[in-house]
Amino acid sequence: MNELEYTYAVARIRALETALLTDSVIDQLVNCQTYEQCIQLLEEKGWGTPDGKGDAEMMLKQQEEKAWEVIRDVAPDLSVFDVLSYQKLYHNLKAAVKAVCTDVRGGNIFYEDAAIPGDEMLKIVENKEFSRLPEHMRHVAQEAYETLLQTRDGQLCDVIIDRAALDAIYAAGQQAKDDIIRDYAESTVAIADIKIAVRCAKTGKSLDFMKRAMSPCASVNINELMKAALGGTDAVKEYLSGTMYAEGAAALEVSASAFERWCDNRMMQTMKPQKYQSFSVGPLVAYLFARQNEIKTVRIILTGKQNGFSDEMLRERVREMYV
Amino acid sequence: MSLFDQMGIVYALLGAAIAVLLAGAGSAMGVGIAGQAAAGVISEDPSKFVKVLVLQLLPGTQGLYGLLVGFITLSKIGIIGGNAADVSVQSGLLILGACLPIGIVGLISGRAQGKTAASCIGIVAKKPDQFVKAMLFPAMVETYAILALLISFLAVNGIQI
Repeated sequence: MNELEYTYAVARIRALETALLTDSVIDQLVNCQTYEQCIQLLEEKGWGTPDGKGDAEMMLKQQEEKAWEVIRDVAPDLSVFDVLSYQKLYHNLKAAVKAVCTDVRGGNIFYEDAAIPGDEMLKIVENKEFSRLPEHMRHVAQEAYETLLQTRDGQLCDVIIDRAALDAIYAAGQQAKDDIIRDYAESTVAIADIKIAVRCAKTGKSLDFMKRAMSPCASVNINELMKAALGGTDAVKEYLSGTMYAEGAAALEVSASAFERWCDNRMMQTMKPQKYQSFSVGPLVAYLFARQNEIKTVRIILTGKQNGFSDEMLRERVREMYV
Repeated sequence: MSLFDQMGIVYALLGAAIAVLLAGAGSAMGVGIAGQAAAGVISEDPSKFVKVLVLQLLPGTQGLYGLLVGFITLSKIGIIGGNAADVSVQSGLLILGACLPIGIVGLISGRAQGKTAASCIGIVAKKPDQFVKAMLFPAMVETYAILALLISFLAVNGIQI
């Protein structure tokens, strides 16, 4: 696609970026004494709901919808954004396979804004119509379904689907013409591998388990990472300190929540150079990512305020903003 | 008079056409690119209309420079006024060569200035108080269109018919 196709879209996104929450607004939110004050501040920033009742869940859902609405409105080619919804898509597959195999229904377990919403995914799995799924999901859907039926091992089913999601994201990144999608795929897979290694090191998982769970990528040598994970969390930290993800090792030293925060901040760092691009899809992807990041951060703060978390605990968990 | 003898005025006219066409096309592309960016900003924040309009207009000057050189050329060969001069082939080719700088540089700089202006419209969208600085970046591209105009102008004027 001609790079100038994005001129209008990027300029519009630049105008919209002025309404993104900054680090200082997030700081103000953390400093609010009560949950109600947080809602009031968010309403002042234009996050209010039409009914004015201050329902946080509705507010966050509406913000997510607004972000996608903007992208649908300005993007000349929406297929570029498919890869960003792979995690939701594979989550829906996982939830549907488990719901069908265990015959337990109900509950709010699906992402309704994914390419294949919950009801449709359930029908596909129930009727074993895996050919209706995108090509990259067909084989794994059948494998996960049969594995869960035969072994009743929910964790194994999760691992199979999560690994397939990572492989699909990486493959989509490799095929993408836009650098931002390649960078997104690389960072997503590398950070997921690091998270798997840390969790496996803590729970003492076997090498076979890790081989099944981790997806190869360019910036992390998964064989070295697996070896390190077998040696424990300190060995993982040591391995990471020699890679471009060395800050992750420092975060691991602090706490588990600091590490989770670093994982999200690392993704944000991947997006930040897009602030200086004017003629590519990058600023659109980064805007969408920034909106999702601020929604996640606001959710953390609101949940923390409702449950009486201290300001310090919340500060440890809030994510770095895009602007 | 043979057809070859009449080619002088054809070459000179071709020079005028190149100056107007290429420089005009560069400006059209540049203003179009910047206009897309301007429309993107105005759709979210109409209060920035004047600032983005000024930036959008910056790549429009190349077309005017091309027009100026074309006008001088037509005047020189007597087409304006309806009294066409007897232009030799050598003089015609010299005029054609003299018109090339503004034509070619106008085309390239117009597009480049349009892209720069579009990027700078992004600055105005986020930081309207930085408007003056945002104006300077596309203005830098203008320098080279002015240099080309100067050479074309001097060259066309200096050719004796």
